[in-house]
Amino acid sequence: MDYSGVMLVTSAAIFTIGVAGVLIRRNALIFFMSIELMLNAANLAFASFSYFLNSLDGQVFVFFVMMVAAAEAAVGLGIIIAIFKNRKTVDLYDLRLLQG
Amino acid sequence: MKFLILAILCFPLFGLSVNFLFGRKWAEPWAGVLATAATTSSFVLSCFLLFHILNLPLTDRTIVATYFNWISTGPLHVDFALQIDPISLCMILVVTGVGSLIHLYSIGYMAKDPGFRRYFIYLNLFIFMMLILVMAANLPLLFVGWEGVGLCSYLLIGFWYEDILKAQAGKKAFIVNRIGDACFLIGMFLVLKTFGTLDFLKLDSQILSSTTVSLTTATIISLLLFGGAAGKSAQIPLYIWLPDAMAGPTPVSALIHAATMVTAGVYMIIRLNVLYLLSPIAMGVVATIGFGTALFAALIAISQNDIKKVLAYSTISQLGYMFGAVGVGAFAAALFHLITHAFFKALLFLGSGSVIHALHGEQDIQKMGGLRKALPITSKTFLIGVLAISGIPIFAGFFSKDMILWFTASSVLGNWGLLFVGLTTAGLTALYMFRLYVLTFLGTPRTAGTHPHEAPPSMSIPLIVLAFLSIVGGFIGLPEWTHFPDIITNFIEPIAKLPELTLGHEAELIVTVVSIVIAFLGLGIGYYLFVSRPAEKERLTGALQPLPTWSQNKFYIDEFYGRFFVGPIMQFAQFCWQFIDVQIIDRAVNLSGSIWRKTSNTMSSIQTGNVQGYALWMAIGTLFLIYFVFKG
Repeated sequence: MDYSGVMLVTSAAIFTIGVAGVLIRRNALIFFMSIELMLNAANLAFASFSYFLNSLDGQVFVFFVMMVAAAEAAVGLGIIIAIFKNRKTVDLYDLRLLQG
Repeated sequence: MKFLILAILCFPLFGLSVNFLFGRKWAEPWAGVLATAATTSSFVLSCFLLFHILNLPLTDRTIVATYFNWISTGPLHVDFALQIDPISLCMILVVTGVGSLIHLYSIGYMAKDPGFRRYFIYLNLFIFMMLILVMAANLPLLFVGWEGVGLCSYLLIGFWYEDILKAQAGKKAFIVNRIGDACFLIGMFLVLKTFGTLDFLKLDSQILSSTTVSLTTATIISLLLFGGAAGKSAQIPLYIWLPDAMAGPTPVSALIHAATMVTAGVYMIIRLNVLYLLSPIAMGVVATIGFGTALFAALIAISQNDIKKVLAYSTISQLGYMFGAVGVGAFAAALFHLITHAFFKALLFLGSGSVIHALHGEQDIQKMGGLRKALPITSKTFLIGVLAISGIPIFAGFFSKDMILWFTASSVLGNWGLLFVGLTTAGLTALYMFRLYVLTFLGTPRTAGTHPHEAPPSMSIPLIVLAFLSIVGGFIGLPEWTHFPDIITNFIEPIAKLPELTLGHEAELIVTVVSIVIAFLGLGIGYYLFVSRPAEKERLTGALQPLPTWSQNKFYIDEFYGRFFVGPIMQFAQFCWQFIDVQIIDRAVNLSGSIWRKTSNTMSSIQTGNVQGYALWMAIGTLFLIYFVFKG
């Protein structure tokens, strides 16, 4: 049975949820989680194509993405904690210091 | 020898450096003592140099000492080289000799002035620059000295710069000199273009060996250089700065604006005599302007009431004589008059300084009178100066003025018209100088409430020395009929040839007798008008109207220049400022600024600082990209 459509639609759905979260939610943590969602949606697409095309390239990419995501999570969370320590808030709307 | 020449130049530089670096905490007279010692040392060394030169054969008396290569680019090679020959040596001796006396005098005159040390630094700088000017072996180095003395002149005229009028007088001198200096520079460029060299010796040999230079070129070059000389030496039409230059301290007037700096133009033309002799037209112009200035300035001097202004106009007049002499080809006579003039004019200025000092700054001769008793030394030495400048026999001015008049009559370049102007000026000189003496020293005192006192020895010694020189200075140039050797002419002749004569030497005695008669006539009229019959003076003044009024107002030349040159230039400057700058340029700049400011104000509202806003733009952008990529 061909699952390709299901897998790709799921991937696209998760990605869209991630985009919506990034655009709408103001809490920095949720914002951050939404980014992770988008990354993982991409991972799902990579893995699916790897399976369908009988190629390991996609799976290798997934590992790289996971590794980069881990590093990025560490840095990003560190920044969010530092911001919270300083400003007692992680509301993105209150952090518009670079306004023109 | 190279070292000795450099040492002469460097003593004043050394004096001013030490004064500048270490003099701040010294007690007052020491800055002056150091400066005087430095100049005197230069003078002593110059005397050694004179003896050395006198021991050399007549035709071999030019020493050029090259120290280093100064400018070397393309066809232009200029060395830092100093040239010692009879004419530069005469100038060095006058500059350092008279300079030393005036330094000494200044110690007394400038006592208790807050700018005492600054004054002596400037004065030493002046001597240094003047020595560069007269010792230079090429035109660019001469120009360095030329500008250097101009700077010192400016600094010293505006020495009391708190007084706006004095500062303005300095500015006027500087600006008027700029006009002449621009001519000088262009002349110098033309010399380089025409002859390919700027060294005096090479220039002379080139002119003498080849005759390829056209008369027009030679005339243009000579006249441009003469323009520079007219600025520096205060000749028509650029003489107007010199009377105003009297705002400086009186010893400065004596040194810079009478004895040395203002003669630089005469010196420059004597130095370039070979070039000038190429063009009879240029020589004619020099002679005409020279004698014209002599007469014109004498006419103004006769009705001035400021003691220093009278002397200033008399300086212009005497410089006119020198240019007249140069113009008729009598270079030795010009240099001779330059030397004797340095003696008696420095004497007269220092004497006037002594009078001003005694009267606590009073300069109006109508408020003086009767100072003979109070100031015995000053009045006696001043009288010697007056007799010397008037051309009374045995005094220095007699011989030099006589030599000029003789060559004006006899040289192929001279003529009877110039001689007539020269003789008239001689009479006028005697008249106005006698008027000055009478109003200052004779009659009853008009100085109520002051008790004039004779100056300290540091001031009276230079007066006595200069008075002595004003008496004996003329004996270096005795005329032919005395059968004594004419030392100065013989000394100068290898450098500047005597002009061809059209009259025999027996005619010289006639010229001499006429000039003596005229000098005594001037004194006699002076005595008649100012001592015995003052009422006649009023009647004569009335009869000659409007000439006396014009003379008193300096023939309205300043007003004329103000109306026709300064005014239009100021108006043009106003136009450039108020219209072109403020209305056009400033507005264009402001407009371009405001355009960008408004644009960026609008654009900066996009930058909200809200990360999600940016993310939205990125998302939209990505969608567009996807759309365009997949559209086909």
